[in-house]
Amino acid sequence: MDRVRLATIWLGGCSGCHMSFLDLDEFLIDLADIVDVVYGPVVDPKEYPDNVDICLIEGAVCSDEHIHHVKNIRAKTKIVVAFGDCAVTGNVPAMRNPLGKIGPILQEIYCDRPETQGQMPGEKGLMPVLIDTVVPVHQVIKVDAFLPGCPPPAARIKEFVQLALSGAEPKLQGSGLKPG
Amino acid sequence: MAVKTLTIDGKAISAREEQTILQAARENGITIPTLCQLNGTSDIGACRLCLVEVAGIPKLLPACVTRVGEGMEVSTDSERIREYRKMIVELLFAERNHVCAACVENGHCELQDLAISVGMDHSRYDYMNPKCAVDITHPRYGIDHNRCVLCGRCVRVCDEIEGAHTWDFQGRGANTRTISDMFVPWGQAASCTSCGKCVQACPTGAIFRRGSTVAEMKKDRTRLDFIVTAREKKQWIA
Repeated sequence: MDRVRLATIWLGGCSGCHMSFLDLDEFLIDLADIVDVVYGPVVDPKEYPDNVDICLIEGAVCSDEHIHHVKNIRAKTKIVVAFGDCAVTGNVPAMRNPLGKIGPILQEIYCDRPETQGQMPGEKGLMPVLIDTVVPVHQVIKVDAFLPGCPPPAARIKEFVQLALSGAEPKLQGSGLKPG
Repeated sequence: MAVKTLTIDGKAISAREEQTILQAARENGITIPTLCQLNGTSDIGACRLCLVEVAGIPKLLPACVTRVGEGMEVSTDSERIREYRKMIVELLFAERNHVCAACVENGHCELQDLAISVGMDHSRYDYMNPKCAVDITHPRYGIDHNRCVLCGRCVRVCDEIEGAHTWDFQGRGANTRTISDMFVPWGQAASCTSCGKCVQACPTGAIFRRGSTVAEMKKDRTRLDFIVTAREKKQWIA
């Protein structure tokens, strides 16, 4: 059997979902026998490769760079997974949405407050441009499966990965769907 | 007292004529999901989660405000009902800012439990991201409108059980807000007796005890049940 090509990516999130993935402990060793991690924060490649079987997307879509990433992932991946509450709902990064457009928010945080240095961060083109409304991944691309939780507990990730690797539709049920 | 016979999910049932489909179902161990319903207060059919099918009637009927009828054939679970219930829960999540991970009620929340029971893995609807206030002017309690589902339990429990009518609604549709007295901060609402019934009645983290942080708020519905039992049956039993 061909080895499964697994990718992960960390967008607008705290990396807690990746930490929870590392909490799989011994199961990671079993996983290493059948899976190649071809992209993600824990491996070296800088470019997202072709022909990825499963990609776990952690984090909400917060910037133009994130939009570029998820579209690229969709084009090169069989099963795209919204991994954790930020990817599924927007969660904590989306808490800035009710505050309005990003321009005035940055202006207030970096310039207007007395304790700040009075300048916007980075030069044009240097930093990803934040979008006005943080959105969950499925509002930008088609998502094949959802793995909620903040973070998803390791046992839930294991159940999900085993389902996906068995070829069944990786659809969680019952308490496996608990957000938060 | 007339008795009606009907079937719910194929099970033959007899119920008193003044009973609702929801009451008859519960007496017979049949679970219908609810959110706005609160024992001891009037039923208002607001949340629509208890929608059921009745043979011969094309539209869905809310079980909490529909009386039983002779020969009624009620179905509480079908593909169509499941899909509508899921849509309702998804709409509730999209309408306000329900950030479970940062909510006082995380792990004890009726909305969260509903999401699990209807099998919601994401909301198909765009989030509305409304700007919502948090009022912590009351010395003991707070209200976070980000988490409010407009079920009206606080309004009814305050009016019908406490008799204070501090809470009511202002505005319409998605812009509706729960307000205290004539839209003054809760801490300035002269009618509030600080009894805390609204805190126990609230199904989400919208009304909470001050000082609770993430996942620390757990509502104790038995306190309300005690008062309702005392009032309705004249029995002071816990």
